[in-house]
Amino acid sequence: MDLFSVVAEWFPYLVEGILVTVGLVASALIIGACLGLPMAIGQVYGSRPLKYVIGLYVWFFRGLPVLVLLFMFYFTIFPLLNLDLDAFFVGATVLGLRGAAYQSQIFRGAIQSISEGQMTAARSLGMSRAAAIRTIIIPQAVRIALPGWSNEYPNILTDSAICYAIGVAELLTRTSQIVTQTYITMPIYILCALMFIMLNFAGMRVIAYLEKRVAIPGFSGGGQAGIV
Amino acid sequence: MSENKTDYILRVEDIHKTYGDAEVLKGVSFNVRKGDTIVFIGPSGTGKSTLLRCINQLTVPDSGRVWLHDEEVTNSGKKINRFRQKIGMVFQNFYLFDHLTAIKNVEIALIKVKGMSPEAAREKALYELRQVGMEDFADHYPAELSGGQAQRVSIARALAMEPDVILFDEPTSALDPELTREVLEVMRKLALEGMTMLVVTHEMGFARSVATEIVFMESGVIQEIGTPAEVFGDGGGFERIRSFMGKIGDLSGD
Ligand SMILES: Nc1ncnc2c1ncn2[C@@H]1O[C@H](COP(=O)(O)OP(=O)(O)OP(=O)(O)O)[C@@H](O)[C@H]1O
Ligand SMILES: [Mg+2]
Repeated sequence: MDLFSVVAEWFPYLVEGILVTVGLVASALIIGACLGLPMAIGQVYGSRPLKYVIGLYVWFFRGLPVLVLLFMFYFTIFPLLNLDLDAFFVGATVLGLRGAAYQSQIFRGAIQSISEGQMTAARSLGMSRAAAIRTIIIPQAVRIALPGWSNEYPNILTDSAICYAIGVAELLTRTSQIVTQTYITMPIYILCALMFIMLNFAGMRVIAYLEKRVAIPGFSGGGQAGIV
Repeated sequence: MSENKTDYILRVEDIHKTYGDAEVLKGVSFNVRKGDTIVFIGPSGTGKSTLLRCINQLTVPDSGRVWLHDEEVTNSGKKINRFRQKIGMVFQNFYLFDHLTAIKNVEIALIKVKGMSPEAAREKALYELRQVGMEDFADHYPAELSGGQAQRVSIARALAMEPDVILFDEPTSALDPELTREVLEVMRKLALEGMTMLVVTHEMGFARSVATEIVFMESGVIQEIGTPAEVFGDGGGFERIRSFMGKIGDLSGD
């Protein structure tokens, strides 16, 4: 069998892997942002116990290798909770929970870089603290955080291949399945690598576009800084 | 006690504030009538900013009370947000919301605090921007405004809430002379229109022509109070104010 017909035959299978990988990465980024931003707010504005709990969470998820987390959740924690979860779901959740720890620190830094005067001015107009956080602090923090946040994408994309270890049918898993079936090694792995690189490139372009869209004069976060 | 308390729009009673072991305010009291412009002067670090911030409770005083009309502003709990709508504040560094255009800066509290509809808020915001001569810059972001323009927008933002009194904390200290003039012009106009204002400033020309009373603060207490006519006239007294004005006059004469 020549290389081209093999590639042609398995290509659709790999493309499906791209979709799974994109799904993993997108879920992880969304879970990470949805948890990370509130965690950042809690760490800046919350009570002492809350800050402590969030600090503990961040310490835990940043302190362990991602593979350890993955095995821990897949083989222990979820089974102990009597949850029989699909490997994809576990992979996305673990990457997301871990991403939340990193994202919370990106957002926290952004919030802390906002001048005290923004909150002072909002309060002086009669806004409650919660309203000020919602309408003044978060919109600014998100923009300031974008360049740092955009590094989360390639990080999670590359990390996502680790889901191979629990059998999620993503790019790497499918690649090695093809290798086993066809005994063609190098070209298939190169194809896999190219697909990761393409995903990386495309994702960064999307993020750069988004950054431009939300850019505001006077914010270092907008437009230039984040484009790779 | 012949004076009727209800003559006053704002009453400040015996405010004390200590930071660590530094007693910044050592019992400050004064009353403000509707339409008054009270100018506060005094050396750096004597508690002028702290005093203004105690009035709208951005800083909570250790003791003492503040009354707006006959309602207590101090110890008002969650109700403080209602009082703050009635007590505007303008800051030395403007503190415009950096992610919002000029008009959105003025609109946002109308919508989020007063619950106005976006259309009504926009109309009101445009009106206030016109009052300070900034309607042509409605769609500019703060980073695209000069200091004087930014400060005028921040005045419009305070005005839009229709406050009973506005606190100005060195509104022109971050501006060079030309921009200072355009901001003082706006404030002068407000005073003439009857806005009640408390102004910390070292602009003696403004104090002289606009102030109802000039308050000299030093070391956390009010040392002297007088009308511009008394302070700038050739009568006796007011040595401290005069010597202080001499000093800052020397500075600006450099
Ligand atoms: N949040 C704070 N924590 C600790 N000390 C403070 C705080 N705010 C003000 N101070 C201190 O209180 C004193 C009075 O400060 P304040 O800003 O009220 O003075 P000011 O009269 O406005 O001075 P300036 O003319 O320089 O603005 C200063 O010594 C200042 O260092
Ligand atoms: Mg001050």
